[in-house]
Amino acid sequence: MTIWRRLQAHALFWPLTTLALLLAINAVFNPGFMHLQWRDGHLYGNLIDILNRASPLILVSLGMTMVIATRGIDISVGAVVAISAAIAALMIGGKLIINDGVPVYESRFPMPLAIAAALAVALACGLWNGLLVARIGMQPIIATLILMVAGRGVAQLITGGQIITVYYKPYFVLGNGYLLGLPVALYIAAAVFAVLALAVHRTALGLFVQAIGINPVAARLAGVRERAITVCVYGFCGFTAGVAGLLVSSNVKSADGNNAGQLMELDAILAVTLGGTLLSGGRFSLAGSVVGALIIQTLTSTIYSIGVPPEINLVVKAAVVFVVMLMQSAEFRRTVRGWVFRPAATASTGSAAGSV
Amino acid sequence: MNAQVQPLPAAATAAPRKRRLLGAAHVPLATTIALFVAMGAFGSLSYTGFFSAQVFLNLLIDNAFLCIVAVGMTFVILSGGIDLSVGSVVALTTMVCAALVEHHHWSAAIVIPLVLAGGMAFGALMGVLIQRFRLQPFIVTLAGMFLARGLCYLISIDSISITDPFFTAVAQARLPVWGEEVSITVSALLALGLVAVAVFMAHGTQWGRTVYAIGGNEHSAVLMGLPVARTTVLVYAFSGFCSALGGVVFSFYMLSGYGLHAMGLELDAIAAVVIGGTLLTGGVGYVIGTLFGVLILGVIQTLISFDGTLSSWWTRIVIGTLLLVFCLLQRLMEARRR
Repeated sequence: MTIWRRLQAHALFWPLTTLALLLAINAVFNPGFMHLQWRDGHLYGNLIDILNRASPLILVSLGMTMVIATRGIDISVGAVVAISAAIAALMIGGKLIINDGVPVYESRFPMPLAIAAALAVALACGLWNGLLVARIGMQPIIATLILMVAGRGVAQLITGGQIITVYYKPYFVLGNGYLLGLPVALYIAAAVFAVLALAVHRTALGLFVQAIGINPVAARLAGVRERAITVCVYGFCGFTAGVAGLLVSSNVKSADGNNAGQLMELDAILAVTLGGTLLSGGRFSLAGSVVGALIIQTLTSTIYSIGVPPEINLVVKAAVVFVVMLMQSAEFRRTVRGWVFRPAATASTGSAAGSV
Repeated sequence: MNAQVQPLPAAATAAPRKRRLLGAAHVPLATTIALFVAMGAFGSLSYTGFFSAQVFLNLLIDNAFLCIVAVGMTFVILSGGIDLSVGSVVALTTMVCAALVEHHHWSAAIVIPLVLAGGMAFGALMGVLIQRFRLQPFIVTLAGMFLARGLCYLISIDSISITDPFFTAVAQARLPVWGEEVSITVSALLALGLVAVAVFMAHGTQWGRTVYAIGGNEHSAVLMGLPVARTTVLVYAFSGFCSALGGVVFSFYMLSGYGLHAMGLELDAIAAVVIGGTLLTGGVGYVIGTLFGVLILGVIQTLISFDGTLSSWWTRIVIGTLLLVFCLLQRLMEARRR
């Protein structure tokens, strides 16, 4: 009993249960779902596919977790994904040249330079958000709304309103390649997670971020360099969105300023919430956000694989958000407890709360 | 307002002199109107054919739905909240209208009141969740946005064109304003009518004043004995109603129902409200400012289309820049008042 209680109290209990339940539903509807096989020198199967596709979302969710932990929100990540993808695709471009009968792919700029440029711009976008929030004192949702509106325009400006196709083969490794049997994208997400987890759990950074999220003024008075940390956190969020942009554009071998990363900010916020991070700041869980991102990708895959029309995806997501946020609301839990344990008392508490 | 209390000499001397000319709360509104006039003047001087009554009326005609949605958004932001679901409620309304009128052959006289009531109920439901369970408006309306967009696709993935005689008649009707050349549509008139009603609601009713009070300080409003719970729910219900009305007007404008209609409209509506001088922290702002905010967004589009060499994405960049400027202005004013 006590073990069960302690298990239930663990922050990752509900996210992991949800994920396991989703995987179980998949396994029932689709017997081949759990099947993994070795093909073309790497692992192949639905699970690997989910991990590969979830990688960009995991990255963005990690950045978003840190931002939400400081009581902020970043709704510009989708636009930053589009900008980063556009810069990388434009700078790499690429064409096929036949040298002595051997086809050679050539990029416009060296690939490392293109990647560095895309990431630098994404980082700058994040720092810009951070400066607006921490220095100017704007509400996070508005500060990032500015970049969300303008960012799509900038991304389209970079691509010239076209979908830029990339022909340079080495670039595809990021989104489609495999290393030791597993997708390269997964390694990138895991590396970012590891570095962030080390920084958060092995240094005082996690404590500082939590302190800022619980009470920014108190944190500042206690000597936490609140502004500098907030700026850095938004910068990091921009950076992860930039990496996600690289993965997305490499995966689809093109960059679309209008549609790349569309609604990604909402998926990331949803993943973070599902992972048990409080939207009001303070409590956060990096591993929870990773699980949250996996839940969302599994949900999407499930909807495709069990033959439900994909349009239902949004309705299901909406239902999940409603359920999760009601579970997080102390008032709702109290009301439900009232219904369950004291049916007679509900009417009086209900009307009292209503009149307040 | 607090200038006398604070012993800041610069603010204390500057504020009263300024208030005689223009109240602190009027500065953003005055800036907005001045900006609109300046942009209109710039357009008139730069492009031939820009300075005409019809071009001005087209701003209203082409942005009637945005104006209607933004009016609802104004009240939500005045109360200190936000409503991200408006764009998808507009899309859902066009979809329901089209499906009922075209596939089920219902009369427009039944369908339109039905969708308006539906939009209102949708908003009220979100309002109850926000108020009763202390949930963040941002996340509740985000879920509402997913839900409404998803329901669109449940009705149909494809666009449904509307051929109903009532809808086409209203869409094509042109009411002469000034002789034969200058005319206005029913939708634009609806938008102007709604702005007038909303101005009255904001300043002439107890509900409107309670909205300002909640936006100023919700806790104080509760302590004053104002009906905060009911007012908050009604704010979201009104926003839902405006979104549904915007959806009806949008289906007049497009003559079709489609799940991809009005993508990102919520951002344009928020931008219009902010550019119109409403403080995002709530409690300060005017509905009439929102009308000018919408007109400014319209002028930007018109300028870009008159220019001809600029691509459409410049609209977004310019709107983003304007948002930035107005937010900075708001922060500056707040800092001055403190």
